[in-house]
Amino acid sequence: MGDFAAKGQVIMATKRPSSCRDLYWSFSVLALQGFGGVLAVVQRELVDKKQWLTREEFVEEWAVAQILPGPNVVNLALTIGDRYFGVRGALSAMAGMLSIPIVIVLTLVALFSSLADMQQVQGALRGMGAVSAGLITASGFKLMGALRHNPMGLTACVLFFALTFGAIVIGQIALEWVLLVLGLPAIGWTFVCLRAAGRQK
Amino acid sequence: MIQIDWWQLLAHFVSLSLLAIGGAISTAPEMYRYLVDQQRWLSHAQFTSSFAIAQAAPGPNVIFIALLGWQLGINSIGAGAAHDWVWALWGLWGALVAMLGTLIPSTTLTFMTARWCHKNRELLAVRAFKAGMAPIVVALITSAGWLLASTPGENTQAWRLWLVSAVATLVVWRTRIHILWLLGAGAILGWFGWV
Repeated sequence: MGDFAAKGQVIMATKRPSSCRDLYWSFSVLALQGFGGVLAVVQRELVDKKQWLTREEFVEEWAVAQILPGPNVVNLALTIGDRYFGVRGALSAMAGMLSIPIVIVLTLVALFSSLADMQQVQGALRGMGAVSAGLITASGFKLMGALRHNPMGLTACVLFFALTFGAIVIGQIALEWVLLVLGLPAIGWTFVCLRAAGRQK
Repeated sequence: MIQIDWWQLLAHFVSLSLLAIGGAISTAPEMYRYLVDQQRWLSHAQFTSSFAIAQAAPGPNVIFIALLGWQLGINSIGAGAAHDWVWALWGLWGALVAMLGTLIPSTTLTFMTARWCHKNRELLAVRAFKAGMAPIVVALITSAGWLLASTPGENTQAWRLWLVSAVATLVVWRTRIHILWLLGAGAILGWFGWV
């Protein structure tokens, strides 16, 4: 039964940011690498490199950040910052995520808005867009490893993964519906599994 | 010069904030309807170019709202109607109103919910929520990458872009190479028209 008890226990990360300043700069650095979205960079920097979060923790925090309204990566930054340094940490992480990118984008429009019409610039943006799509897919692949110890069991995980992927990519169904129609059964089933595992202990 | 009611503008962004499930981008169609069609505070070109520039610049997608605000601020004073720095100040004011309106409600809700979830993380329901959402969340991330890779399908070179995405996926998945090298390679390929 030891195996059962270990299931559903999240493996905790051992490293952490050293200060609010560290949070601000870490999130600035990762926001500045995020062309066409920051999610892939967050996973790579915070999980693979800095190891502030394990894959399992990242997926759990992302679940909360994703389901609540507002920009997901900003929600995630806020949650991580708050975990280590409370309100100050949350504000530092959020400011890191937003301040320098906003300054850059406003400077770009104020000075060079005509450059965006150049054919070479549009080509470069297209190339970077294709790469960043690949980055996001790779993040998804890496995070699949986090499902191995999921209390709902591997079969259920594969099923819900396939249904969600199919609904979004093939069915092009709106996110709210996917979250509602697939999310509730997934949570319900996990609840049943966790309770059963708890009784067996 | 366009008369902009800043209170109404703030109220508009505040009211959309809590509806933005899946990111601030998901309320863009409603912003377009209000700002361009109904109030005529922005032109169609200004709205779409704000979107394109924010996509191209580094950072989270939500900064596109800062750009909308900047554009609104400048429209309110009228381009060329004042010295350069006054013009930029109005732009900054607009960006500030738009961003604060968009962020304050959603971040407050997230902050309180995330704290509650963390405090009650041993609760069966909280554990079931987080673990139960995991396969769905991972699938959403994977399909976001998939959809982004397939959007530029209109041009004849679509298969080359697909190839770039596929190679980038493999390299990032299997190696620890820095992301900026890959983005740079993508930019060079596009600049010379190879993809």
